[in-house]
Amino acid sequence: KMASGQQWVLVEMVQAFYEAPAYHLILEGILILWIIRLLFSKTYKLQERSDLTEKEKEELIEEWQPEPLVPPVSKDHPSLNYDPNTKLNLSIVCGLPTSHKIVVNGKECINFASFNFLGLLDNERVKKRALSSLKKYGVGTCGPRGFYGTFDVHLELEDRLAKFMRTEEAIIYSYGFATIASAIPAYSKRGDIVFVDEAACFAIQKGLQASRSFIKYFKHNDMEDLERLLKDQEVEDQKNPRKARVIRRFIVVEGLYINTGDICPLPELVKLKYRYKVRIFLEESLSFGVLGDHGRGVTEHFGVNIDDIDLISANMENALASIGGFCCGRSFVIDHQRLSGQGYCFSASLPPMLAAAAIEALNIMEEDPEIFTILREKCSCVHRALQGIPGLKVVGESFTPALHLQLETSTGSRDSDMKTLRTIVEYCMNRRVALTQARYLDKEEKFLPPPTIRVVVTVEQTDEEINMAASLIREAALAILK
Amino acid sequence: MSLAFCKKRPHCKDQRWAVNHYSPLALHSCAFQVQHGTCNGGLYSRPFKESFEETPMLVAVFTYLGYGILTIFGYLRDFLRDWKIEKCHIAREREEQKDFVPLYQDFENFYTRNLYMRIRDNWNRPICSVPGAKVDIVERVSHNYNWTFDYTGKVVKEVINMGSYNYLGFAENTGPCAEAAAEVTMKYGVGVSSTRQEMGNCSRHEELEKLVARFLGVESAMAFGMGFATNSMNIPALAGKGCLILSDELNHASLVLGARLSGSTIRVFKHNNMQSLEKLLKEAIAHGQPRSRRPWKKILILVEGIYSMEGSIVRLPEVIALKKKYKAYLYLDEAHSIGALGPRGRGVVDYFGLDPNDVDVMMGTFTKSFGAAGGYIGGRKELMDYLRTHSHSAVYATSMSLPVVEQIITSMKCIVGEDGTTVGRDRVQQLAANTTYFRKHLQDMGFIIYGNHDSPVVPLMLYMPAKIGAFGREMLQRNIAVVVVGFPATPIIESRARFCVSAAHTKAMLDTALGAISEVGDLLQLKYSRHRIVPSLDRAFDETTYEETEE
Repeated sequence: KMASGQQWVLVEMVQAFYEAPAYHLILEGILILWIIRLLFSKTYKLQERSDLTEKEKEELIEEWQPEPLVPPVSKDHPSLNYDPNTKLNLSIVCGLPTSHKIVVNGKECINFASFNFLGLLDNERVKKRALSSLKKYGVGTCGPRGFYGTFDVHLELEDRLAKFMRTEEAIIYSYGFATIASAIPAYSKRGDIVFVDEAACFAIQKGLQASRSFIKYFKHNDMEDLERLLKDQEVEDQKNPRKARVIRRFIVVEGLYINTGDICPLPELVKLKYRYKVRIFLEESLSFGVLGDHGRGVTEHFGVNIDDIDLISANMENALASIGGFCCGRSFVIDHQRLSGQGYCFSASLPPMLAAAAIEALNIMEEDPEIFTILREKCSCVHRALQGIPGLKVVGESFTPALHLQLETSTGSRDSDMKTLRTIVEYCMNRRVALTQARYLDKEEKFLPPPTIRVVVTVEQTDEEINMAASLIREAALAILK
Repeated sequence: MSLAFCKKRPHCKDQRWAVNHYSPLALHSCAFQVQHGTCNGGLYSRPFKESFEETPMLVAVFTYLGYGILTIFGYLRDFLRDWKIEKCHIAREREEQKDFVPLYQDFENFYTRNLYMRIRDNWNRPICSVPGAKVDIVERVSHNYNWTFDYTGKVVKEVINMGSYNYLGFAENTGPCAEAAAEVTMKYGVGVSSTRQEMGNCSRHEELEKLVARFLGVESAMAFGMGFATNSMNIPALAGKGCLILSDELNHASLVLGARLSGSTIRVFKHNNMQSLEKLLKEAIAHGQPRSRRPWKKILILVEGIYSMEGSIVRLPEVIALKKKYKAYLYLDEAHSIGALGPRGRGVVDYFGLDPNDVDVMMGTFTKSFGAAGGYIGGRKELMDYLRTHSHSAVYATSMSLPVVEQIITSMKCIVGEDGTTVGRDRVQQLAANTTYFRKHLQDMGFIIYGNHDSPVVPLMLYMPAKIGAFGREMLQRNIAVVVVGFPATPIIESRARFCVSAAHTKAMLDTALGAISEVGDLLQLKYSRHRIVPSLDRAFDETTYEETEE
């Protein structure tokens, strides 16, 4: 029926053509030629139109003076180690073979700075497993996953991670930072909307930037603020329902926030997810291997069904004490990254010995879930011990292994706050407790966190060491914050 | 004297190769060279031979036809899947989330579903040995046309590895590098669990950086944990709003991402095409920033040493001349060329006999020639001081694993000769000899081989989509592991196989590989070359970016 209708239209067109007056045909002919000319002519330029003569251009080129490639850095920048004799600027660290003690600038210290929560950095079993892998595969992979850079160890680690987290699939990256930073732009594209917590870490910020999506920040852990944004979007959607049908929406949050030491209200987030049909991406670098009875992170902590979270990402550089990161979730979501995750496709794969070390770390975590209880006890112990230090307040939950010490009253200038905190860190470092200031790129952070000292809890710290460190910090605060 | 030689260039159509074979003369010898139909002034100290034979017309037609048929069948099968006539293996959205906005648009995955899936067995082949000259591959089979794979439990042993970027053969599990790495593993463990700026700056890191600086011949250097991130996390520290980035069209994804994240204006020039680059530079400076017309704060040129898909080598002497003339800054990514080029293995700068101080930012990776992982940046002290304090990587990313650092230190010392042997130097020479041997034989067999004659990256053109899969499989049957690439890594009709020559390949291995390639080449009719080789300069250049100017 359709076809015969079209035939009629054709016949009518041919008839119309015959019946049309000559001037009409000529006019149309000219118009067609004009269109063809417009299509093929190259009279326009891709570059801006220029009325400059060649000579003027030469002069402009001659006159142009670029800025220097980089601005000069002041010599006393805290991260430059110009004169190690006078200042403990950038710490030179060396691991010691047996314990959580490290040598900083020649002094043996107890480590309260590395994210080695489970103490696996120095674990004999992990080292031996890495060594046997090294003896089989060598160090490097000499290729991305696609081109003979997939080792059987990688497949084993992905399988183990998926099983550990009780998800369908896991995918590993060779660099912790690149994990969430690649995962976000694999799904969220130009025109999509991402709702992000203001305290989100730098890797998330870079992932968002790479995605070129609309970014809407909500106040840190403020579900009312998030719901307000979601409602606004709902109103917006009703105005243009056709467009709304193709705009993907995501909420990106961290399990434990590295910048604030507190936890995201996951159950409420899941409610909002289904109410407003938004997907949740959860970054768990700090909570994986820490929260929950089996170390499965913030989903286990709250008893949230892990399938309700669309994507979980974490690095393997903290609790697992190896290198790299992973994403896990349902195959429908995760598998997409194998062709679209930039840091996965275009980068050399993780050295097999590092993957092997992560597998052994998972073994230890699975064999002995007790370790997570111990860690939690240590965390609350440190949290308690640091309360009530004059001039310093503890930022973070009692179960966070990475706390912040912040000045109770700022001097008003970030620089002088940083300097004060640095003096405290140096005071402790000289007395054999290794601490560090949290470092940020001041100009790059979307919402720059206040200056703080990081206090990292690990299962290896004994109660005496914790008390010693706490009283040392108190002593330093009393001496310096007067 | 200007660089006008790039403009009044006689097209070298009747020449077999674009050859510049002159001693280092000054620019004024230009006229003399133009007479000889060569195009690059006297900037080159060695012959620069690069070829990109034109795609034969018939081959192009059949290639498009192939994609056409695949697309029609793709739609047909999608239709069958929709109507549940064909079994569908695609992972599905959860029932609870069916009414969410779809995570993927349908057309996004059309290519994956209907083209890639058919030949997916050629990628991600798992291996279970050192990625050295020979490699063991885990055997896998698919019972559902590549939707899922099953492992048979068997291993295909001793496959000749033409796929890994193991240029100098440092992917080893024995020998000094592995021993040194093993010792460090037992002493310090593998992880670091902190950033360079917090508690992850080890003395071995600093030692590595001093060695890298010495190796490159620059004042200072810095190492990072991932090659990809070295680009994407440091370019934003070097350029920002109001800056212009000029990027080669074939630059790696990491450079593109870094440029994007920097917030600079990005303009793309034709691959390795100096007229295109000069024109962009000239226009940019003359016109300033769009709309506001303010002068650019700075201009950064991004190029790679060896382009990993084309096998071409950057025209570095010309790029340096241009960057000096126009006061731009140069960022050179030596991911594939460091270790693999130059008489001392020190990359493309060494290859052309240039001064490393003429390159503002020397970037490279440790993944390939050093058999490790990570990347570096080297340059002047002011630059490196700035990066130490402002690199995203130094502030936010976990620092490098120490066994990996040890592998780099040991292998680099070996290349430099600081280990007291000539092993490193021998390997560099062996790689150059292997490259020449392998390339020459492939060319003589009548294949279309892209790229520079000295590049250990050797792309062999396959063109048609069906031949991608066939070539990869036939080669594996003959116990040779090769990399095949198609769209989107290459232009749609320029699918290719890529070989990476290694110093670890013996002549016997190369001969076996060449024999097999020739056999498969006959089987699949891949010997397309008509030996009418068009010089690279005339390729990929059109009127929109090139204008003759009156003088």
